[in-house]
Amino acid sequence: MEQILQQFLNVDIMLKVWPLLLRGLGTTLYLCALVIPLGLAGGLLVALLLGGHNRLARWPLLALVDLFRAAPPLVLLILFYSGLPFAGIRLSPTAAVCLAFFCNTSSYYGEIYRAGIESIGRGQWEAARSTGLGRLATLIWVVLPQAVRNVLPDLVSNTVEVVKLTSIASVVSFPELLYSADMARSLTFNSSPVVLAAIIYLALLWPLVRLVSRLERGVATH
Amino acid sequence: MTNWQRFVDTFFKPEMMRQYWPSIAQGVLVTVEIAAAVVATGLLLGLLLASLRAYRWQAINVVIVIFVDVFRALPPLVAILLIYFGLPGVGVNLPSFIVLWLVLSLVLAAFAEEIFWAGITSTAKGQWEAARSTGLSFSETLAFVVLPQAIRLGVPPLTNRTIAITKNTALGTVIGVGEILNQATAAQSFSGNATPLMMGAIAYVLLFVPVVVVGRWIETRFAWRRA
Repeated sequence: MEQILQQFLNVDIMLKVWPLLLRGLGTTLYLCALVIPLGLAGGLLVALLLGGHNRLARWPLLALVDLFRAAPPLVLLILFYSGLPFAGIRLSPTAAVCLAFFCNTSSYYGEIYRAGIESIGRGQWEAARSTGLGRLATLIWVVLPQAVRNVLPDLVSNTVEVVKLTSIASVVSFPELLYSADMARSLTFNSSPVVLAAIIYLALLWPLVRLVSRLERGVATH
Repeated sequence: MTNWQRFVDTFFKPEMMRQYWPSIAQGVLVTVEIAAAVVATGLLLGLLLASLRAYRWQAINVVIVIFVDVFRALPPLVAILLIYFGLPGVGVNLPSFIVLWLVLSLVLAAFAEEIFWAGITSTAKGQWEAARSTGLSFSETLAFVVLPQAIRLGVPPLTNRTIAITKNTALGTVIGVGEILNQATAAQSFSGNATPLMMGAIAYVLLFVPVVVVGRWIETRFAWRRA
């Protein structure tokens, strides 16, 4: 028991690595602030292009979305980070992470938006258009607000997944929370820093996970 | 050398492909094995926990809810590093593929429990009462009336979740599980060429595109049946 506490819950070590982990948390939040808006915007674009009437754009895009949903994000990240330099394209860890996340998250967000837009009946489009609104205005003012509300649980739940996913950036030495914790672990030969990181992730994400559960129940009873 | 040739030489060099395809194939085998094990244990454990929760024993439910919330909120890579590097310090040495299987199974179980539980609670109260009044016990009602419906309701959300979690087998490369990505990066550093990495990526895509397409089909099929 003593040994377990020493290995996983060593308070002295936790206090010592706290500033390092706090900096890691800052980097994680910075990364989230980059990749979440990028993914949300990219996903909306994907959904609109997939919903459009242009068949020439539709099929290649659908193939691309399935491709990026099939490839594990870590594979994309390593491909961009250590594969592209062979072709003379050297990306910084930040750029590689953003690119890999963009490919992955805009595909997932795109599918969610698409489900939302499809949940709005044709009658709504027709009614809005008949009042004199243009196609774009109908989309922005009539369809999207309802579509987003319908798929809000999925949007939030996917965002939780994206925040969790930022931990894979540690694999390409991006100094986010898990990377800092793992570095502290290898310096102290003790797992308490990783436990501390786990606690920080839980403190950050637990409220969101609860929110997802509540939203799911709320929409279900509508 | 033209640009095209240089591109092919960097990412699709035929000699490299010939040399490294056996190790990539080996990685595919490992990935498939672990993925299958994770799907089986994760879904079963999730179903078991959801059924257990239906009995509404306060103490057990608290434990289940905490377990589910923790594994839904915690990044899997954190749990993998914690178990793989932490346990040897207290005298427990688990092989890396066991750690990967264990963590991914627990994550899938957490999500599956939540989905099955939503299915169980969505079954109308009248069904429970009707089944009990025919003489079925609580457990029989759960097993023969409620769970079949809960499982069917859970199929579309579970499909996507299961695919996403199975793809996390790639995380095993961090602790040296010999799956596709691990074989590919090892071959890349031996050969100094990006071809093995490309082969790894293609292997993943070939493995998972059919799954993603089937998942999309399942989703639309079930959506259509409910409408």
